[in-house]
Amino acid sequence: MRKVLMIAGLILLLATGLYFGLRSFHAKWSGVDETVVEKFAEQAGRPPREPLINTDQGDLLLFFFLVAGAVGGFVGGYYFRELFPPKGNVDTPVRGVPRGDNGADRSVRVTSRGDS
Amino acid sequence: MIAFLKTRSLAQSRSRRRKEADARATAPDIRLLTSAATSSKPLLLAAVLLAVAFPFPASAMHISEGILPAPWAGLWYVVALPFLAWGLRDLRVRSHQTPFFKPMVGLMGAAVFIISCLPIPVPTAGTCSHPCGTGMAAILIGPPLTVVITSIALLLQALFLAHGGLTTLGADIVSMGIAGAFVGYGVFRMTRWLGAPAVVAAFLAGMLSDWATYAVTSFELATALHGSGSMAAMFAAIAAAFLPTQLPLGIVEGFVTAGAWRFIESRRPGLIECLTHPHGGHA
Repeated sequence: MRKVLMIAGLILLLATGLYFGLRSFHAKWSGVDETVVEKFAEQAGRPPREPLINTDQGDLLLFFFLVAGAVGGFVGGYYFRELFPPKGNVDTPVRGVPRGDNGADRSVRVTSRGDS
Repeated sequence: MIAFLKTRSLAQSRSRRRKEADARATAPDIRLLTSAATSSKPLLLAAVLLAVAFPFPASAMHISEGILPAPWAGLWYVVALPFLAWGLRDLRVRSHQTPFFKPMVGLMGAAVFIISCLPIPVPTAGTCSHPCGTGMAAILIGPPLTVVITSIALLLQALFLAHGGLTTLGADIVSMGIAGAFVGYGVFRMTRWLGAPAVVAAFLAGMLSDWATYAVTSFELATALHGSGSMAAMFAAIAAAFLPTQLPLGIVEGFVTAGAWRFIESRRPGLIECLTHPHGGHA
């Protein structure tokens, strides 16, 4: 219950902060590639060209970004669990770490080629 | 009666000693678990909040398609290629030396890809930009391999996310991969050599690797686009334009890098010992 209240409080805090923050700032929030890189390039007479695969069409770019985020998150999470297994699960094997030595181990060894 | 009291006292004393021994044995684990839990929770919460709050296309240091003239674009490819070859060789050698090295490279690759897709609004400038994550990767897996994972991340972004470009990929690899990684790693080693704590060194590595990335981007643009004007003046103008956004963002990246280092140090200190060990360390 305490955790639920804490998460709800954080979401409320975030929403309130964003509401007042965005109302008080009249900024476009453009990326610096637009405000800096492309600005100087256009001044120099070299405006950017369309990308080879232009996914910047409607919601297509948002779709690709979300897919990329999901895939990246999955890959990161997979390797994270391999390197930092849950502390309670002492029998989870970790490559290069002696069995049953998960959690706060200090015994990761460097093995040279041919060592078992 | 006296014998009974003596026996009882002895049993109580034994029981107390056993409890004290148990407490001594478990105390370090509890301390480590507590420190790991307290250090990891805010980090994970911050990561989730950032991912949920800003799921919009990133726009920052990537030089868009067609901005650089062909000779300059080709030159940056030529500069980047030897570092890529060095990184691939490093991956092969160190994967044999350190069994868990590949998972660490995979984790860092995913982290650099996600971090460099993550635009962060900077209220002081009213613009968005992204950290790079290359400083963090460099101090953990070494700069040559950071160049490799950054190249893959930038290639995917150029192909599918309309972010950067294929002709400017070499220049983007040089600024984010090579400059960010080598500056971050150099600062970390130098700061450690001077005797600073590892967390401070990680903070400086993250912060300066971010600033170095944008400084090199400014240099790449200035060299290619200054025309008949002064290259130094154009470099200064571009760097100054980046400053309001990147100055605070570099500090944020410093904190993220220090937090990641602190997390690994408390949860799996063996990993750090192994990664920075001379025999298993960076080639």
